[in-house]
Formats: sequence, structure tokens, C-alpha cells
Amino acid sequence: MSPKRILAVLLSVLASAALAGAALAADLAGLIANLTAGGFGERETAITALAASGEQRAAPILEALASGQLYVRKSDNLVLIGKPDGNQLSLTEAISGKTAGSGTEAELDRVRVNNRLRGVIEAAVGSLTLMSPDARVRRGAAEALFKRRDAASLAALDVALAAEKDPRIKRAMSEARAASVLASDAPTAQKLEAIALVRERADRDSLGVLDATANSATDPEVKAAAAAGANATRQTLAAWEAAQNVWYGISLGSVLLLAAIGLAITFGTMGVINMAHGEMVMLGAYTTFVVQEIIRTSAPHLFDASLLIALPLAFVVAGGIGILIERGIIRFLYGRPLDTLLATWGLSLVLQQAVRSIFGSSNREVGAPSWMSGAFQLGQLNITYGRLWIVVFSLIVFVTLILVLRKTPLGLYMRAVTQNRPMASAMGIRTPRVDALTFGLGSGIAGLAGVALSQIDNVSPNLGQGYIIDSFMVVVFGGVGNLFGTLIGALTLGVVNKFLEPYAGAVLGKILVLVFIILFIQRRPRGLFALKGRSVE
Amino acid sequence: MRSTSALLYLSGVTVSFDGFKALNNLSLLIEPGEMRAIIGPNGAGKTTMMDVVTGKTRPDSGEVVFDGRADLTKLDEANIATLGIGRKFQKPTVFENHTVRDNLLLALAGLRKWHRLLLAQPTKDENHRLTEILSVIRMEEQQYMLGARLSHGQKQWLEIGMLLAQDPKLLLVDEPVAGMTDVETETTAQVLREINKTHSVVVVEHDMSFVRALGVKVTVLHEGSMLAEGTLDQVSADQRVVEVYLGR
Amino acid sequence: MITRFLLQGMDRNLRLFVLLVLAIGIALPLLNQIMPPSSPFYVPAWLLQLIGKYLSFALLALAVDLVWGFCGILSLGHGAFFALGGYCMGMYLMRQIGSRGVYGNPLLPDFMVFLNYKELPWFWYGFDNFGFAMLMAILVPSLLAFALGWFAFRSRVTGVYLSIITQAMTFALMLAFFRNDMGLGGNNGMTDFKEILGFSVQADSTRAVLCFASAFTLALGLVVSAAIVGSRFGKALTAVRDAESRMRFLGYRVEGYKLFVFVFSAAMAGVAGALYVPQVGIINPSEFSPANSIEAVLWVAVGGRGTLIGPVIGAFIVNFGKTWLTGALPEFWLFALGALFIVVTLLLPKGVVGLWGQIKARSQAKKARAPA
Repeated sequence: MSPKRILAVLLSVLASAALAGAALAADLAGLIANLTAGGFGERETAITALAASGEQRAAPILEALASGQLYVRKSDNLVLIGKPDGNQLSLTEAISGKTAGSGTEAELDRVRVNNRLRGVIEAAVGSLTLMSPDARVRRGAAEALFKRRDAASLAALDVALAAEKDPRIKRAMSEARAASVLASDAPTAQKLEAIALVRERADRDSLGVLDATANSATDPEVKAAAAAGANATRQTLAAWEAAQNVWYGISLGSVLLLAAIGLAITFGTMGVINMAHGEMVMLGAYTTFVVQEIIRTSAPHLFDASLLIALPLAFVVAGGIGILIERGIIRFLYGRPLDTLLATWGLSLVLQQAVRSIFGSSNREVGAPSWMSGAFQLGQLNITYGRLWIVVFSLIVFVTLILVLRKTPLGLYMRAVTQNRPMASAMGIRTPRVDALTFGLGSGIAGLAGVALSQIDNVSPNLGQGYIIDSFMVVVFGGVGNLFGTLIGALTLGVVNKFLEPYAGAVLGKILVLVFIILFIQRRPRGLFALKGRSVE
Repeated sequence: MRSTSALLYLSGVTVSFDGFKALNNLSLLIEPGEMRAIIGPNGAGKTTMMDVVTGKTRPDSGEVVFDGRADLTKLDEANIATLGIGRKFQKPTVFENHTVRDNLLLALAGLRKWHRLLLAQPTKDENHRLTEILSVIRMEEQQYMLGARLSHGQKQWLEIGMLLAQDPKLLLVDEPVAGMTDVETETTAQVLREINKTHSVVVVEHDMSFVRALGVKVTVLHEGSMLAEGTLDQVSADQRVVEVYLGR
Repeated sequence: MITRFLLQGMDRNLRLFVLLVLAIGIALPLLNQIMPPSSPFYVPAWLLQLIGKYLSFALLALAVDLVWGFCGILSLGHGAFFALGGYCMGMYLMRQIGSRGVYGNPLLPDFMVFLNYKELPWFWYGFDNFGFAMLMAILVPSLLAFALGWFAFRSRVTGVYLSIITQAMTFALMLAFFRNDMGLGGNNGMTDFKEILGFSVQADSTRAVLCFASAFTLALGLVVSAAIVGSRFGKALTAVRDAESRMRFLGYRVEGYKLFVFVFSAAMAGVAGALYVPQVGIINPSEFSPANSIEAVLWVAVGGRGTLIGPVIGAFIVNFGKTWLTGALPEFWLFALGALFIVVTLLLPKGVVGLWGQIKARSQAKKARAPA
């Protein structure tokens, strides 16, 4: 902004304040006095006059009046604002804003209002705040007036619009004006113009305005235009809602992906179904908990980095335990998948009970670092940072894993062992070691998933139980041995689940998805993206 | 579907796995009572051809007709087996937890429906057939021994006995002499020639001396199609066959 | 014909075992009824209830073994068939309460009054009749098993795929039964039963009869299972277990065999559930929990899969251990259960019965060597 512009802005603010305020400033005390005297009828006149004065100091007084906190002291007739403070009221002078000690209800007369007056006050405050020097306050006032759609605020809006320089606030004010026009008895042409303007907003509030207009308008042309606008808005909103559902679905899908991708490795490449996979996830979540506890007690400034510290640790803990499981149990059971299933189920019981004995059976608190809390608005989409990071994280894990499988020697050995074990062994690949590392990798990734899940799920010994069936379904649905299938499977199931939920409810939605997958597996036992060929048998 | 006098008729059969053509426009004719040897290097499509005929794999295109009337591409393994096609796998697969006699009883042509088997008792005829087969494969003494306790050679014999019990019109035999000594190979060739007196046989084999011992018409497969057909001497004189087997 | 069918599978050991089951089922209830409570031979009612519960578990284990041990189908959803049978019995018992419920409604069970039901849902009709309820306890699990098996076996879903599908099935049913609008008691399930066939469910004499009925049904289950397993059908069944594709190439339509034994086994599990509910006095959705189904598989594994005596012995051993440990060392029970899964699969794949067989074989071998 050039100095010239700044000067111009300053001048205009001063001018408007001077114009609207100077003549009546002296009368503020008088107007306030009118406010406290007489019946509801006089009070309404006084409120309207206050609003017309444009006096900024009147806004807090009117707000206090609306919330029943405006008092007149019996002893000196001073108008006071009283805020409850224990049994007493702490008092400030209404006009000057100076503190005036404290007092009890008995020493004061409350200035009473009724519902009708509350409405009037709200409009008055709205028009007053429209002139506030604070841009945020002005914007909020415009939004409030938009929702109120009161013909009475037209005048104030016109004044404010003339003075407003900020194009965004100006836009908000003209929308509020349009809403007020629709509530007034303005001519048809103006109303149609207003409808066009309101329609552009395309959100829930504008839908409310359009619906109200369509219901109440007498002019058929206005009625039709409003109805058409409302319909168009409804469609836009439905599209946004669908987009929001897709986002929720992607978010759920990324969680499924995280939980399933480790299983996709152990089941897909080794044919081993590890029922303790969910417990690896749980161990990752508890690792996060322990890391946060240590940070809380000894290095609180590191709290925001707690998840980053927990990630490698969770990978090592879960991966290490995975290798122990492979060496200690699973390698004796190769070629007996059903026995592997039972043994690892037993192991999951032991791990759950061990965690229960150490950490107790109640939920453990895992905090969110500051960069994962909060949300932002994208159009009509509400996106929380926590979910966004989990989606990003799951994609990073996925891509890293693909790279590991394609570009590293371990990946090469793993693929070799998967495709032809005897041949790989004959070529000098130590297959038992590759098995152990593969299993460790799958478990380690489950541990990483645990770190992410600690942010959105209850960290309890039962955390993992809920994920084993889902994970298996994702892997099978996507096609065993195909990591891209797992990605597509997880996202599809996530989105389908979220779209079913509004119609069927969360539980029934989940049942429907399960039934769907049961039927799907029976149609295509090898999943969406099946490997074909002799080697599969 | 074409009507044909051939026992087995394959025409233009193509099977592909993820773009790789395991069988490429393969055509083949087996006459009733014939014995045919099929040879070819690794990956020529021999096992896939067997899979297509027995219903394990569905071809992408082409005709497979058995006995001049049955379209095998529309039937599953059980139907095809009941029509009269028996298959012997490369690795002997007998039922390890059943006795030799029960193995043969299960293979015996006839009862296959589950509800009939619940109340079925072996009939006189069946017992007679079992005794007969047991004596053919010389396993009367081991008839109450569990399959798991048989030696490799005994399992091979039991499996041949099971094929006899099944009494198929066409017998598909996959690499019957893999890992056998020369003497065993010679015996097996004799047995197959014996079986061929009453059944049609298709043998898939690598071993040239065994194929020579059989002394039958030979089909050479290469990259999923037929490369040459004729007596062993004819095909071994064929320049293309030599190239395929010896490399260029 | 039928007697010949029923006796064909019985060997001497099994005949003795069936007699033992029957003897327990007759002796314990009799001792409870005849002996005075002061006598050392008196069997208290809680023990009858406990044994009755174990007997119904043993029947469930036998059902699991029939599909897993003899046909190679590892079902992780038999708890669902058990629970469905139990719910059928529960619905009968609920209708018997009549107007003695808290709300005193002669037609609607308490939870329906509580949830503002105006009339009885259609699927509750007929459950006031004992015969109808028992028929349903067999039919409902059978139909579910038929539907699932028909799809799964035709599409050749086998191995762990089938196991997880069955687990997903029982998981989905658990979620469904937890819902209040299923009309089956929701979260709380059904309890506070009063009478069965006009006799109080709390009475010692009723418990005695229920214990006997469980033993008798188990004995019957053993005899029929032995007949099936010992028939030519049974030979084909184990052949399917050992080499399924070989059976197809022999011309057997494998699906039919699997489907029959799966449905039969589900019906048996349903009957077990129907016997279980009046003895424990409650049925709720947690019976559908996948963990229950897998525990039933463990009973079979501990006792010895692929034998008929094994699952019965396994069910008794594990459940006795559970009763004892959850009372004495509750923390330790899940460790023990988990360890048992691992130990049995790693070291005792043939279970206790197999171990016994090995010991016997070894001692015989010793005896044979001794004279020489």
C-alpha cells in the first residue's frame, strides 16, 4: 500500500467517525440514560438511536444489555456493566469503561430486556460493529447480518458499504445487504439481483436465505428464482458433501492401508497369515506412548518431535519382535498355514496379556503434537491436520516400501524367494535369513502403523484386534502378492465404508462391507488384481 | 463344435498368463486306441496342455473336444474325469492316510455322488475288481498298508493301479520316468504299452530313450505350438527341432 | 440298514468311550437326586451345571473336528453356529417367561417393552413352541452354513481364505446382534429365564435332566459322526482333506462332500448351543466373538484333530483349566491359553490322543525288545 493510500484510508476512517459520532457523542450519556429508563417501547427507540449514532463504545453496552449484565446502581444511578465474580458482581462503568469496584445484585437494578428487544439489540450491535476499526469484527458483523436477514439493517449496511475498503469484507457486506433486501419489500428487480448474489455463496447459510425467500416471497418471479437458486445450492452442497465423504473415506483407507501393508508383505510373499499382526500395530502404539512419557518427564520441549522419535523405535521394536516370532515359531510351521494361523493367534493372546500386565488394561493417553492438531477449511471441506498427516504418512510408507522391494538387495532377494524358493536357495541366497527379514519388515511396518493409529484410536491392549480382519480383507480384496492392489483395495474399502455409513449407520455399514467382501472373494478368490499363472497354484 | 472321429481333438487352443502365451494356437488329434508321446523343451506348454484337457485351466480361445461330442472347455475336472480321462501326475500322489485297498476303492469307476456313498457297502463286483487290480500291480500283501508307508516305487505302482481302477478311455501321463533308473524306465515303458492295448494314452516326456522305447508317434511342442509331428526318427531329423533342442 | 450304518464306524475304543460318556451323564444326575447333601457321594448342582456346560462344549468341539480334522476345513466361525442355536433356545426361554417379566407384558419380552416395541416381530412367531424352537436351532445354523458353504466351496475358497471368511462371518454377526434393532436383545442378550417345558430352570432336578440330555446328545453325536467317518463317504472325505485336486481328477465333485459335512457340523454346533443356554442361563452377542470360535478349535487341537475322542477330551481339559485358572490366577489365564496354542501346534500336532498313542507304541516296542 502506498503512503498516499494509507493516508486516504486514515482520513476516511476519521471522517466517518467524525461525521457519525461527533454530533451525537455528547449525547451518548443521554442515549444510555434513555436505555435504562422507561418501558420496553422507549428502550427500543433508544436502542435504534444508539445504533444510528455509530458510536463504537455503545456496542459493548448493548451486548451487556442483551445478556442481562447491564445494571443501574441504586445509590448514584450510574449505569454499570456487572460480570459475575463469585457471589459478587465486578463492575465497570458503562460509558467510560473504568472499573467501579464490585457490588451485589441487591445494590443494583438490572435493566431488563425481552426477546423482542434482544432481536433489536442484536441488529443494533450488528450495525454498530459494521463500523468497527477491527476488520475481523466487521466481517463477523456482516456474516451475522447475513444470517439475520433483517430489512432493518439495510440502512446500516449501506453506510458501512460506502465506507468499507477491504474487498472481501465489502463482498460479505453486500451479501448481507442482499439477504436484507430479500427480507424487505424492495422491488422485484432488486430482489432478483440479490438472489443472484446470494446464490453465488453456495453454502448452508445462503441455502437458508434462499429457502426462506422461496417460502415467503409473494412475487412469483422472485419465488421461482429463489427456488432455483436453492436447488442449485443444494446440488453444490451435495457435491461438497460427497467430496467430504471421499476425504473421510481416503482417511479411513489410509489407516487400512497402514494396517494392511505389513500383512500384504508377510501374507503376500511368504503365504504366512500372522494373526498377531494387529498386536504388532499395538506394540507400535505403546512405543509411542512410552516415548511420550519419557519426553514429558525429562524433555518437554521435544514433545512436538515425539512422533518422529517414536517412528524408528516402533519400527525396531515391532520388527525385532517379528524376527523373533519368525525364528521362534513360524519357521517350524512352513507349509502348514492353518497351524501357523493358530499359533500366531495364541501369540497374539500372550502379547495382549503381556501389555495388559505391564501397562494396565485401561486406555493410555497419547497426545497430538501441535503440528497435528487443528483443522483447515478447503472450500466446504473440513480437513483436520491429524488425518491429513496420516494420509501423507501412509503414502510415504507405501512408496518407500515399493522402493525397498524394487531397488534394494533385500527386495531383490525377497522377490527371488517368493517366485522360486529352491532356485533362490541354489543361487546362494540364504532363504531362512530372507524369511526372517521379510517377516521383520512386515512387522516393523505394522509398528509404524501403530504410531499413526495412536493418534486416532484408543491405545489399549485390544487396539490390534480390530485390525486383523480388516487388514486381511484389504489384502485379499486387492489381490494377494500385489502391493498396488493393496493400495487400491484399502482406499476402495475406506471410501465405500464411508459412503455406506450415512445410509446404513456405522455398524450396519461395516457388516455390509464384510458381506460384500465375502461374496467378492467367492467370485474372485484371487482378488481384484490377481497374479495369474502356474506359479500361483 | 465339430463332430470328429478323433478321441481327443484340440484346435486353435490359446492360453495366456499375464500376456505370456503358454499355449499358442495349438492343434492336436489323438485317435482312439492311439498312444502318443509329446516332447518339448521346458516351457513348451506340455503341462498347460494337460491342464486344459483335464479342466484345470480354461483356454482363452480354441476348441477341445473329447470322444467327438463333449466340449471340455465347458466342464470341470470332476465332469471330465467321469467322462473317462485319467491323469497321472509327475509326482506320485496317492492318499497317504488310506490303505492301498482304500486308495483303489476310491479310484474305482462308479460311485462318485456323496449321498450314495454314505450308505454304500462294497459290492461283490467291486471286491472282485479290487482283488484283480491288486494282483496286476502285485500289491496283495500290502493291501492294508497305509499309502504314507509305501516306497516311491510302490507308490508309482499304486497310482497305476488307481488308473486301472478308474478305467479311463484316455490316459494322460506326465513324465512317468523322471528320476527312474534305466531298468525301471524299461519296465514302465512295458507297462504303458500293456495299458495301451485297452486304453488310449498320451505321454509327456523329456527322456528321449524312453520315447524311443515306446516306439510311437511323437509330437514336438515349442513355445505353445506344435513344431513337428511324426516318428521319433522323422522329428529328430527335422532341422527346427534340432535347433530348439540344441540351441542355434 | 440304519443300525448297520450307525455301527459301521465304531471301534472298541470308541464304543467304550461312548459308554463312559453315557455313564457320566446318568451317574452324576442320579447321585445329585438320590444322595442326601451330607453324603460324600452327593454331586452338588453347580458341578452338574459345570459338567453339562463342558458336555455341550465337547459337542461343539466334535462339530469343529468333523470339518477340520476330517475334511481340512479350518472353520473359525463355528462359534456363530453355536450361538445361533443358543439364540433359538434363548428365544424359546424368553417366550416362556410370559407375564412374569419386570414389565409384566404377557407377549413381549422385557427388552422389547423397554425399546417400545408394539408387537412381536415376525421372526419371534412360533418360538413359544419347544419343538419349533429346537427345529430352528438345527435349521438356522444349517441354512447359514449351507449358504456360506455353497458359495465358498463352489468358488474353491480354501485354506486360510476360508478360515478368515468364517471369522469375518461370525464377526459380522456379532456386530449385527449387538444392535438393538435386531430385535434379539441387543447388547444384553437374553437372560432371567424362568422355565423350560414347564420346569424351573433353577431347580436341581432340571439341571440333572439337562446334564443327562447333554451327555446323551454328545453320545449320539459321537455315534453318528463315527458312522459318517467310517463310511465310504468318510474315506472320500479324508481323501479330500489330504489331496483335494487328486479327488477332482478321480471324478469326485468335492463341493458336495464338503458342503454336507459343513452343514451337518453346523447343525451339531447349533444343538450344542441350544443345550448350553439353559444351563448357563444367558445368551448374548459376545458368544459370536471370533475368539470363542478359535478357542473351540484349540480344544480340538489339544485333544487330537482327526479323532473322535480327541475333541471331547480336549474340550474337557481346556475348559477345566479355564475354570480353574480364571478362578485361581485370572492374570495368567490368557498367557496359558496363548501358550497352549503355540505348544500344541509346534510340539503336539496330534494332540493328547496322539501323544497317548505314541507312548503306547513306544512301550509296546520296549516290550517287544525286552525278551530278545
